[in-house]
Amino acid sequence: MYSVNYHRASSVADAAKLLKSGDAKLLSGGMTLIPAMKTRLAAPSDLVDISRIAALAGVTVSGKTVTIGAATTHHDVATNAKLAKACPALTHLASHIGDPQVRHKGTIGGSIANNDPAADYPAAMLALDATIITNKRKVQASKFFTGLFETALKDGEIVTGVSFTAPAKAGYAKFPNPASRYAIAGVFAAKGKDGVRVAVTGAGENGVFRSKEMEAALAKKFEAPALDGIKLSASDMMGDLHASPEYRANLVAVMAKRAVAAANG
Amino acid sequence: MSDVSLTVNGRNVKASVEDRTLLVHFLREHVGLTGTHVGCDTSQCGACIVHVDGKAVKSCTMLAAQASGSTVVTIEGLANGAELHPVQAAFKENHGLQCGFCTPGMIMSATDMIRRYPEGLDEATVRAELEGNICRCTGYHNIVKAILAASQAMSKAGKGKAKKAA
Amino acid sequence: MGMEGIGARVARKEDKRFITGGGRYVDDMVVPGMKHAAFVRSPYAHADIKKIDVKKAQGMPGVIGVLTGKELKADGIGNLICGWMIHSKDGSPMKMGAWSPLAVDRVRYVGDAVVIVVADTKGEARDAAEAVEITYKERKAVTDAAEALKSGAPQLHPEAEGNLIFDWEIGDAKATDEAIRQAAHVTRMSIVNNRLVPNAMEPRAALGHYDNGEDHFTCWTTSQNPHVARLVMSAFYNVAPENKLRVIAPDVGGGFGSKIFIYPEEIICLWASKRTGVPVKWVADRTESFLTDAHGRDHHTTVEMAFDKDNRITGFKVDTIANLGAYMSLFSSSVPTYLYATLLSGQYNIPAIHANVRTVYTNTAPVDAYRGAGRPEATYVVERTMETAARELGISPAELRRKNFITQFPHQTPVIMCYDAGDYSASLDAAMKAADYAGFAKRKAAAAKKGLLRGIGMSCYIEACGIAPSAAVGSLGAGVGLWESAEVRVNAVGTIEVLTGSHSHGQGHETTFAQLVSERFGLPIDQISIVHGDTDKVQMGMGTYGSRSGAVGMSAIVKALDKVEAKAKKIAAHLLEADEGDIVIENGALKVAGTDKNVPWFQMALASYTAHNLPGGMEPGLKETAFYDPTNFTFPAGCYICEVEVDPDTGKTQIVQFVAADDFGNIINPMIVEGQVHGGIAQGVGQALLEGAHYDAASGQLLTASFMDYTMPRADDLPSFQVSTSNTPCPGNPLGMKGCGEAGAIGSPPAVINAITDAIGNNKLTMPATPQTVWAAIQAKH
Repeated sequence: MYSVNYHRASSVADAAKLLKSGDAKLLSGGMTLIPAMKTRLAAPSDLVDISRIAALAGVTVSGKTVTIGAATTHHDVATNAKLAKACPALTHLASHIGDPQVRHKGTIGGSIANNDPAADYPAAMLALDATIITNKRKVQASKFFTGLFETALKDGEIVTGVSFTAPAKAGYAKFPNPASRYAIAGVFAAKGKDGVRVAVTGAGENGVFRSKEMEAALAKKFEAPALDGIKLSASDMMGDLHASPEYRANLVAVMAKRAVAAANG
Repeated sequence: MSDVSLTVNGRNVKASVEDRTLLVHFLREHVGLTGTHVGCDTSQCGACIVHVDGKAVKSCTMLAAQASGSTVVTIEGLANGAELHPVQAAFKENHGLQCGFCTPGMIMSATDMIRRYPEGLDEATVRAELEGNICRCTGYHNIVKAILAASQAMSKAGKGKAKKAA
Repeated sequence: MGMEGIGARVARKEDKRFITGGGRYVDDMVVPGMKHAAFVRSPYAHADIKKIDVKKAQGMPGVIGVLTGKELKADGIGNLICGWMIHSKDGSPMKMGAWSPLAVDRVRYVGDAVVIVVADTKGEARDAAEAVEITYKERKAVTDAAEALKSGAPQLHPEAEGNLIFDWEIGDAKATDEAIRQAAHVTRMSIVNNRLVPNAMEPRAALGHYDNGEDHFTCWTTSQNPHVARLVMSAFYNVAPENKLRVIAPDVGGGFGSKIFIYPEEIICLWASKRTGVPVKWVADRTESFLTDAHGRDHHTTVEMAFDKDNRITGFKVDTIANLGAYMSLFSSSVPTYLYATLLSGQYNIPAIHANVRTVYTNTAPVDAYRGAGRPEATYVVERTMETAARELGISPAELRRKNFITQFPHQTPVIMCYDAGDYSASLDAAMKAADYAGFAKRKAAAAKKGLLRGIGMSCYIEACGIAPSAAVGSLGAGVGLWESAEVRVNAVGTIEVLTGSHSHGQGHETTFAQLVSERFGLPIDQISIVHGDTDKVQMGMGTYGSRSGAVGMSAIVKALDKVEAKAKKIAAHLLEADEGDIVIENGALKVAGTDKNVPWFQMALASYTAHNLPGGMEPGLKETAFYDPTNFTFPAGCYICEVEVDPDTGKTQIVQFVAADDFGNIINPMIVEGQVHGGIAQGVGQALLEGAHYDAASGQLLTASFMDYTMPRADDLPSFQVSTSNTPCPGNPLGMKGCGEAGAIGSPPAVINAITDAIGNNKLTMPATPQTVWAAIQAKH
């Protein structure tokens, strides 16, 4: 790791101020950033730790509206009893991110802001039509995730939370990379009040994406067999040592069915 | 430089270290607790697992400065004096270790796991929960056995205590 | 058997320190004034070094020294060598290219060490390492062994034309060809044994300390054989004479072969300590381990197996290309030759065998012994071929094997080995029973109902362990003898220290070796300490590898114990005024047989040291030394059966049952033996399902250089294993032991692949059988 200056922010406003120094980066759980710094792939001059800002942590479920603070850990999302009732697909998703120790530190805000193409949360946000809340504005998930590790966040902008309306039904299924255990295909399928959304992570060449074809099929009938015969084009898929584009295209179709089956419980 | 102040295994520890110092290196080099190990660079092997404020975390993926103000328990702080923690005893009894390098992380992971599953554990759950710990020697067979045995022993002991309290 | 003697499931003595954080590994060692090293390594697979500029690095904060290969050479440090001479079939010696610990004018693989930086902290050393400016001129690289043999391939070493190190053969080519010509059936296969990274959980580390006042070096290193390290560093690398070099291998966090070899880093840390005047510690990070630890396997093989009309094997022809990487590591040449081709007879009576092996330089990390070393490669070749032949011949895999089993012992194979004892049917029967082989069809049908493909596969392995008779290996090219030594010191109060040349890095010697002594003298194991891993304490020894610590290391202890016992009895007889021949040792006392006359063990020991009343002419004290040289290899063997369920939609394989029935001869501690088998199976299953080192063919970059891309077996990848042993004692050593450390890794890969190919109905499947690979094989079938 290169030398770095560590700051612990006391509030979001404090963090925004600290973020102006040098080439500063926000530090939340650090589960992606610190490994990248250790291997010298990331070299921020300053780290602004927002993980201890109490106002940023916690899950609220009010009627159908779910709000999750950015600094809520995966563990706290996974084990939240109210959320498990409102949107069990999301607690299930959170309970399968990384490993137990990563879940104790990693946060939903960090995951979303980083937008790793193999991360789980972006698929959920997109499929749940969530609103990403920052210290400056609210952004629809569909406009937030803009490409590989790219988001709509501007300089100095801090994700403070997400909110969404609990869907009638939702399911998440992922096939992990055997080595890293990140998704090589993860599908979040949700049936909400304004239709069906199917979001895919780990597979797309440009990061998380929605499958309109699957959504259309599921809008007719929200059951796994409705997806029979849908073949995704390999040309839009990532390819690497662990999964060729063809294999990923297959996995997306398989995981989509399993996500829908899970949603129908 | 960061002034880091921690409670480690019940003892207050203070030191001024480079901001880039990882918690694991702080523990090993500044506190002299070398039972916590580093086995990879990618936060996967779990040889570095310690408890920070009661939760198992990977001390190789946390700055010492981030932990400042927290309470840390390492493998050295698990036993109650000469009396081994039930998980430590179960690892010995069930031959749950060979070279011993991953063992501190395994044991810290296992104690946290048992805490999170007070109702008890089964083999599939133990195996899934061990995702963040890599062992190259044992094939996990006896580690799983040891954790299941410890979980049972602790839940019995816990029930005993509960009864007494009642 | 006593409570703590031979055969007892004793919990390990050494565990307490490991479970309480008290283990002491190299990275835990601190020496006053100690500084930290980082290496500048080649980012290229193949390049000329045009210029090295260290000025900027020297001026960085905390930097104490920045040293290059030129300075290393100037100080007379020698090149690394391979210690096993193999001759090609034309009689020419193997072509060993020069391997300088720090590259001087050319780098040959990504990770090749070029410069060492010593600084106050590890972070500062790394900062400065990045500031070293090296100008390279890149050359074309080749990473695949078969490609490297083609004309026009990039040349690695001027000594080895066409990158060929040797072209070696064993067996009778003519007879084998004739058998194939006359065969009723020939099974032909092309088989790849995938390249693996050993990945002991403790990364390699070295701490070199030069004491100027004493003109003496100490090296703490992650070694399986500290004496061999000292010998080689003294005799060949010119670091220091043996009497001025102490090598300590303290607690070592796993080896699996990868810590046998002497690597550049320990040599350089010692040398750099003298150069800079400070103790120098280096600890690999995991990516450094991936790049520079000796890898394992990497064979490409074609086979032809001939059968007569009764399905008896009549001939076996094998042609192998083995990738040895960029330089010849210490024992690299022996792995694909005498540790591989000599086991190609498997458990079968094969009248004619011929194997040809070509070893090749490529721009990859050096390849050497990894758990099993040659024997997993041989077993994979034999057992994949047997399974395939059974399918082609339309008979059951068990029946084909049984029909061809060797049943008479000793059995001389056509490839050097003389099997001394075994009962292969017994392990096959035991495994089939434990696996409920007969009930498989029912289970397959049940799986099909769930949409899963269920398959079963077996593997009947044999290995040669207890390495090895010194004269025999000497005649085959080994540069060292493979005996072992022991010293038994009985203290004045009767407690015992055993100093052994074996090294424990997970095997539990501190317990099993103590059990051996406990059995002999009736003392509790708590009164027996095992000392190992320090050349200043222990006399010359050869270390731990090749499942040799029991069969060879403990045999040396037995010899020393014989001497101690003889002297103890003499003393006791003298004290008890009895005949020496009437003395027996029972429950910690020396007794006159059939009487109640006795002298407690501790009193006898005390008498030996007070020397007030010893038999005339007897030297005081009670301490004996022995060297044991085995007369033959040992031959552990067994049968493994694997049952899998494959998800056809994703290609994911789940091992639903794994049965191991091993014959290890006599066993000291069944709990530890089972642990060795479990770990071996995990590594074998890892090879079959998960692990594979991949280099990018064009750039020579290692694509699997961390756990993010190299799949280590994790708990949820594996089932609990059903292991059992059925023991035919080894006639070749005093304890009748065969060795158990490698069996799991040797026997399991073919069982797994035979099971998956059975499940999916496509025999064309390469390791590792990842979900993607299996899915593709299922698609290819349609």
